[in-house]
Amino acid sequence: MIEVEHLTKRYGSLTAVKDISFTVDKGEIVGFLGPNGAGKTTTMRVLTCFLSATEGSARVAGFDIFDQPLEVKKRIGYLPEAPPIYRDMRVRTYLEFVANIKGVPKGERQKRTDMVMERTGLTERTRQEISQLSKGYRQRVGLAQAIIHDPEVIILDEPTSGLDPNQTREVRTLIEELAEDRTVILSTHILPEVSVSCSRVIIINNGEISAVDTPANLSQKMKGNERVYVEAKPGQADTASTISAIPGVQNVEVAEDAHTQNDAFYVDAPVEEEIRPQIVSALVTEGVELLEIRREEMSLEDIFVELTTEEVEGADA
Amino acid sequence: MRNLAAIYWKEMRSYFGSPIAYVMAAVFLFFTGYIFQNLVFEFHQMSRYYSQDVVSADRGGVNANDVIITDFYSLQFFVWLIVTPMLTMRLYAEEQRQGTFELLMTSPVTIFQVLMGKFLACFSLYAIIEFGALSLLWVLSVYANVEWGPILSAQLAVLLLGATFISVGIFASSVTENQIVAVVISFFLLLLLWFIDWSSRFVDPLWAGILRYLSILAHMEDMNRGVIDTIDVAFFVSLTGFFLFLTHTLIESRRWRV
Repeated sequence: MIEVEHLTKRYGSLTAVKDISFTVDKGEIVGFLGPNGAGKTTTMRVLTCFLSATEGSARVAGFDIFDQPLEVKKRIGYLPEAPPIYRDMRVRTYLEFVANIKGVPKGERQKRTDMVMERTGLTERTRQEISQLSKGYRQRVGLAQAIIHDPEVIILDEPTSGLDPNQTREVRTLIEELAEDRTVILSTHILPEVSVSCSRVIIINNGEISAVDTPANLSQKMKGNERVYVEAKPGQADTASTISAIPGVQNVEVAEDAHTQNDAFYVDAPVEEEIRPQIVSALVTEGVELLEIRREEMSLEDIFVELTTEEVEGADA
Repeated sequence: MRNLAAIYWKEMRSYFGSPIAYVMAAVFLFFTGYIFQNLVFEFHQMSRYYSQDVVSADRGGVNANDVIITDFYSLQFFVWLIVTPMLTMRLYAEEQRQGTFELLMTSPVTIFQVLMGKFLACFSLYAIIEFGALSLLWVLSVYANVEWGPILSAQLAVLLLGATFISVGIFASSVTENQIVAVVISFFLLLLLWFIDWSSRFVDPLWAGILRYLSILAHMEDMNRGVIDTIDVAFFVSLTGFFLFLTHTLIESRRWRV
């Protein structure tokens, strides 16, 4: 649905996006993840034909973004970071205007407007002026405008930024509902967002793609090592050295962040070795009272920090 | 065409849904009304004076067209010079400030359609307000002998003038997202086009000719006297086209720069 090849965008001497390539298939929800200023918005703006690229090419829904921008624009619904709303318009008037410029035929405009207002929960606010709406409702208007012409591709730039947790959850559910058979790209720097709603994550940093995968795979891949948390009653036995003695254990460190009176450790071992049963049997043999043992899931947050800080160091070198 | 109409009606709704159209119409009509009233008083005084003079009474007295109408249209130039930039200032600046520019640019409409929609909407508002001023002359025609020929010529001049002022204002609005800056740039350009021929007396003939040609007021005065010269019409049309073209180019180039 979306094919991006070697896309580069330079602003003067600043390179915002460096030679990125990726594809997004029909029906996928792909998350663009990256710190602020990583090039997410620039990439989206190039895909929506708002900006031109310096080098490279991209096709959206089968149309080249440089040769046939009007065809591409017809097929994209776009919500920029700040919803592009006319404050002095009423909700309905605004949506009908957008339907009009997006090329919805006159006979269907009313129907489409009613439909998107219902889907985004705006039906009660039809006659209200947009300036009077809360931020969450404005965001809904923004989403409504992005889907009014039933586009094949939806591009959302930080759709939940600046919303309170409840609104965030509402918008997120809305996006998942809207996705259905459409292709969605959304950008965010909020990590749970991608793990909740995206089928694939593109991590972008300093204008370059540093990883592309499913959220689950990413955590898997990034680990290499498995980390196990062990908590035991303090006693005579030296728990730490007992665990260290188990073959395959690479590292044992005291879990200082566990905030417990008990002995707590993080144990690192290669993923292939299933280390937990061995720890359990070793500790039980030693007579240690084992309280808890669990695998530490490396959160996307850790991955994100790892990937993006690595890049920064690389760039400095 | 449909896209152009969509932009056109959006702008019209925006003008008439906010106080802008009414405030500007009130300001314009107040001053044109004031100008008109004083011109009528002057005409009244003059005709009383000349009616005692046998020679000019024989010639049919003073002519309403000469005294009232020519000046009426010449003075409108200055009122429009102040009012027009305020009609155009938000056209692009506001879109850029509130981010709706991105909506327009990512919708399947061309830059030209947006530009023309905005231009025609502003021009319509201009024409509607100007029509209010024309009604004063209709009142005059009930009480005095007026010739409609020169009035139509002057009216055409004012409309062409409006197109030019609006195109300059739209250009100014497209370079910034700040409406105040847009107004200031408009004033700068319009005042420049008004004063520009002054220095024509001090430069060599070639430049003098160019500077004189660029003076908006001089072209308008010709038409106020009832002479529709193709040079004058071409001047206004080409200047309007030039500024619209400049705006179009600027907006298009923004895709490549920022």
